[in-house]
Amino acid sequence: MTSPKLDRRQMLKLEAAAIAAAAAGMPAPALAANLVTERNNSEMKWAKAACRFCGTGCSVMVATKDNRVVATHGDIKAEVNRGLNCVKGYFLSKIMYGHARLTQPMLRKANGKYDKNGEFTPVSWTEAFDIMELKWKEAIKKRGPNGVAMFGSGQWTIWEGYAASKLFKAGFRTNNIDPNARHCMASAVAGMMRTFGIDEPPGCYDDIEATDAFVLWGSNMAEMHPILWTRLADRRLSAPHVRVAVLSTFEHRSFDLADIGMVFKPQTDLYILNAIANHIIRTGRVNKDFVAKHTVFKRGQTDIGYGLRPEHPLQKKATGAAKPNDATDMSYDEFAKFVSEYTLEKAAEMSGVPLNRLEALAELYADPKTKVVSFWTMGFNQHTRGVWCNNLVYNIHLLTGKISSPGNSPFSLTGQPSACGTAREVGTFSHRLPADMVVTNKAHRDHAEHIWQLPEGTIPDKNGAHAVLQSRMLKDGLINAYWVQVNNNLQAGPNINEETYPGFRNHDNFIVVSDAYPSVTALASDLILPTAMWVEKEGAYGNAERRTQFWHQLVSAPGESKSDLWQLMEFSKRFKIEEVWPEELIAKKPDVRGKTLFDVLYRNGQVDKFPVSDIEPGYANDESKAFGFYVHKGLFEEYAQFGRGHGHDLAPFDTYPRERGLRWPVVNGRETKWRFREGSDPYVKQGTDVQFYGHPDGKARIFALPYEPPAESPDKDYPFWLSTGRVLEHWHSGTMTRRVPELYKAFPEAVCFMHPDDAQEANLRRGDEVKVVSRRGFVRARVETRGRDRPLRGLVFVPWFDESKLINKVTLDATDPISLQTDFKKCAVRIERVNLS
Amino acid sequence: MMIRSATILLAFAIAAGASSLTAQTVTSGLRGPAPLDDEGPAPPMLPNRNTSEKEVRNYPEQPPVIPHTIDGYQIDLNGNKCLSCHARARTAESQAPMVSVTHFMDRDGQFLGSVSPRRFFCTECHVPQNTANPPVSNDFTDIDTLLSRSSPGGRR
Repeated sequence: MTSPKLDRRQMLKLEAAAIAAAAAGMPAPALAANLVTERNNSEMKWAKAACRFCGTGCSVMVATKDNRVVATHGDIKAEVNRGLNCVKGYFLSKIMYGHARLTQPMLRKANGKYDKNGEFTPVSWTEAFDIMELKWKEAIKKRGPNGVAMFGSGQWTIWEGYAASKLFKAGFRTNNIDPNARHCMASAVAGMMRTFGIDEPPGCYDDIEATDAFVLWGSNMAEMHPILWTRLADRRLSAPHVRVAVLSTFEHRSFDLADIGMVFKPQTDLYILNAIANHIIRTGRVNKDFVAKHTVFKRGQTDIGYGLRPEHPLQKKATGAAKPNDATDMSYDEFAKFVSEYTLEKAAEMSGVPLNRLEALAELYADPKTKVVSFWTMGFNQHTRGVWCNNLVYNIHLLTGKISSPGNSPFSLTGQPSACGTAREVGTFSHRLPADMVVTNKAHRDHAEHIWQLPEGTIPDKNGAHAVLQSRMLKDGLINAYWVQVNNNLQAGPNINEETYPGFRNHDNFIVVSDAYPSVTALASDLILPTAMWVEKEGAYGNAERRTQFWHQLVSAPGESKSDLWQLMEFSKRFKIEEVWPEELIAKKPDVRGKTLFDVLYRNGQVDKFPVSDIEPGYANDESKAFGFYVHKGLFEEYAQFGRGHGHDLAPFDTYPRERGLRWPVVNGRETKWRFREGSDPYVKQGTDVQFYGHPDGKARIFALPYEPPAESPDKDYPFWLSTGRVLEHWHSGTMTRRVPELYKAFPEAVCFMHPDDAQEANLRRGDEVKVVSRRGFVRARVETRGRDRPLRGLVFVPWFDESKLINKVTLDATDPISLQTDFKKCAVRIERVNLS
Repeated sequence: MMIRSATILLAFAIAAGASSLTAQTVTSGLRGPAPLDDEGPAPPMLPNRNTSEKEVRNYPEQPPVIPHTIDGYQIDLNGNKCLSCHARARTAESQAPMVSVTHFMDRDGQFLGSVSPRRFFCTECHVPQNTANPPVSNDFTDIDTLLSRSSPGGRR
C-alpha cells in the first residue's frame, strides 16, 4: 500500500522479465504474472444477499473465494435497485473485516470471578452461558418474569426476531422485549393501525416511476435512502413535468432536486398538514365519492403528554395522557369546521415558509390531475406527535382519493433493513405478536398459543416495557437481567447520560450485549457475546415495500462468533420449564414437564420438522448443523402460519432463495403491489374497487388532530434547537461503516452544523471547537458552517454516527405518547466555545 | 498507518501468546480514550485529499473514490459540476477519467445518449477522502492477494 511507487517504465520492465522467465520455462513468481487466466483460479462464487444497511432493501451480489467476501455490487436482476448500490452498499465487502472483530465471549472479571467492576476477560461459551443462566434465574426469582428483558433490532433476520420473541413472550413469559425499531418507525406503525387497522404501506416503489409529484416530509432521501433517491431523480429529471417538494427543519441534500423547498420551524408541520386538508376542502377538491364510500371521521384525543416519566410536570399537566389513543366519531362537516382555522396564511406565519410555496405544495395534493407520492421518515416518526403526523398525511391522501393506485402513495420509509420484515411483521415489540396481533387481545393470544402448541394463558396479557421504559426500569433496578442484540442503544437511545448509562452500570443489573464489534453499548455491558453478522449466517429481511428477501450463509464467522439465532436457541436449553412456568400452567399441558425451553419452543415438531438435507447444496448453515435440523426453514414456516389467510401471506420458504424478494401478501404465487385496490390486492372484495379491510367496516379513518407544542423549546438559557440525524456515508451508529477506511475518510467525525450568522454572533468560525450543551449533557464537536446541511438561524444539526461524540447524551427522552417513539429532532441546547482553532 | 496497525497486531500477538485467558482492555478504537461517562476533545478538522492520483479499487465494481476536493461543487437541478471534466466530450481537454459506460444505461440496461439521470447525483457513490487517518484498520483481502496466496510459488 505504501511501498515505493514504480514508474511506468520500471513496471513494464518487471513484467517483461516475468514474461520472459515464463517463456523460458522458469517458475515465475505469481506476483509478477499480470493476469490470472485459469478458470479454476479466477472463478469466484457469486450469490445474492440483501444489503445490510437501510430499509430500501437493495439486493447485492456477493463474491466469495476461500471463505472470504472479495467483492460486492448491485444486483442487476433486483427490481429495487437494478444494479445500483450507494457508497455504503458498494463497500459491504469490507464491513465484516474491520480490524479486531470480537471473536470470543468476554466477561467482566476480577480475581477469576465475575465482577461488575472487573476487566473484560475471555471466557468460553459454557462459562458465558453459566453466568447468564445464573443471573437470569436470580432476576426471575427476585422479580418474576418481568425482571428480565431484551432489546432487539430491526436488523435481526426474520427468524432471529421470531425466535427471540417466542423465547421471551412464551418461554420466559414476559413481554419485556422491544426492538430498536421503536426509535425508528413505531409512529408509522401506530399511524397505519389507527388509520387503516393494518400495518405497512399501501403502495410500493413502483409508484416512483408512475407519479407526477413527490413530497418529502422530514425525509432526507438523498442521504438516507440513496437508491430510492436515484429512482426519484431518474423520474424527476427524465419527465420534466414532475415536481419535487421537500420539507425539513434545515436545508439538506434533498433540496438539490427540490422545485419547492421549504424549511419550517420545528413542530409546525402539524399546522401545514391541517392547512393542506383545509385548502382541499375550501377549494372544493374533496373526492366526495371516495370519501363517502371508503372513510369515516374521528376526533382524536388531545393534550396527550410527552411520554416522560409520570412525575414530570409536563406529564402531570396533560389531561389526555392516560388515553392518548382514544378517538370519538365525528361527521365530515365537523371535520371541515375543525380544520377551517388552519389556513395556509396562518401556516405560513407559524412555520416561516413563504405562503406561495405552501400554496404550490397544497396544489400538488389538491389538483385532481396530479398523482402524488408522499415520503416520510424520521422527521415525522421521531416526533412527540409522530402518530398524528402520519394520520394527518393519510387524511390528505384520503380526502383526495390519492391512494393505493400507481403513482398515488402515502409511503413511510424505514431506516433499518428489516424494520418491516422483523420488527413489524414478526411483532417483536413489547405489545405485539406476529401479523399485527397484540398481546392485550385474548383472541390474539389464543391464536398464537394455538400455533405455538402452548397452553392457554402462556403469553402474558399486559404490554411489556418498551425501549425508553426499559432504560428507565434498568436505572430504577426493576429489570435486572438484560440482553441486547444487534443494536447500539447506548449510542442510539435518547438521554443516555441520565437514563441509559446509569442502568447499565447499576450494580443490581447484569447486562449482556451480542455484537460483532466492541460498540459503546458492548463496552458498557458485563458480558459481550461475539456475533456472526450478515452473510456469515443464513438470513432474510423485509424491506419498506413489504418485500421479503433471503440470503444463504456465504462465509463462516471468525473465531468463536455465533449468530444471534444460535445464541438464543442454545441459551434456551438452560431452562427447565418448571423454572420459568408456574405449576398451574404446566398442569394444562403436563407433557412439557421436565423439558427445556428449547424442547418446548423449538423442538416442538414444527420448528424441527425439516431435515438438514433440505439446505441448498453448496451452502453452509452453521446453526442447522449445530442443532441437527433446518432451523431457518422450520422457524419461517411456523411463523408464516400467522399471516397466511390473514392478509400477510408469505410464500413458501423454498420460493425465496430463487426470487429477488416478493411483496406480501403473496397469494397463489402472486405478490401484491397495491394493497386495498381491487385487481391488485386479493383481499379486496369484488365490486368494491377499494376496501380498507384492516378495519371491520372496510373504511379508513380521517382524524381531526390539532397543533400541540413540542416537549422542549429553545429559551434564554438554551437558545438553539438541536436536531440529530444521519449522513450518507455512515449507517446509524457507525460500528460497521466507520471501520471501512474509505467511508471513514468520507466523513470522519460528526460536526455541529450551524448557520454562519449564528456562528459569527457567537464569535465562532468554521472549525472552532464547541460544546453542545443541554440540561442533560454535552458533547464536544467542531463547528461546520458550510457543506451539505444548512440550518436556518436558531437550529443546529449534529449527526449521531460518531461514538466519540455521543450526541444522545444531549437529547431528551420525550416520546410520542401513542407510539412511544422518541423525538430525536427537537430539544433545546446552547453552544459554548471551547477554544479558538 | 501501516506502522500503527503493525504495532496493534504485534500487541495482540503478544497478548494472545502470553495467555488467552487474561483480562484484556477491550476498546473500540473509534471512540478514543474518553470514558463513556465523559466526552473528550474534538480533533481539529482536517482538509480533504486534493490530488489527481487515482487510488486502487478494492474490487473492480467499487466506485472509485474522488482523489480531489469537491468543496462548493454544484450538483442540483441546475447543473452538475463533475461532468464539466468527467463527461465523455470533456475528457480530452480535462484528462479526467470518463464517466463509466455503465452510467449511460437506464434501469433496463439500455444505453442512453447521455449519462442516465439515475446516476445524476455523483456523491451517492463517489466520495472525497479526508486526510485524517482512520483509527481502525480493515483486514479485507482483495482477490489478487488471495489468488497469489493460493497459486504455487505465490505470495503467502
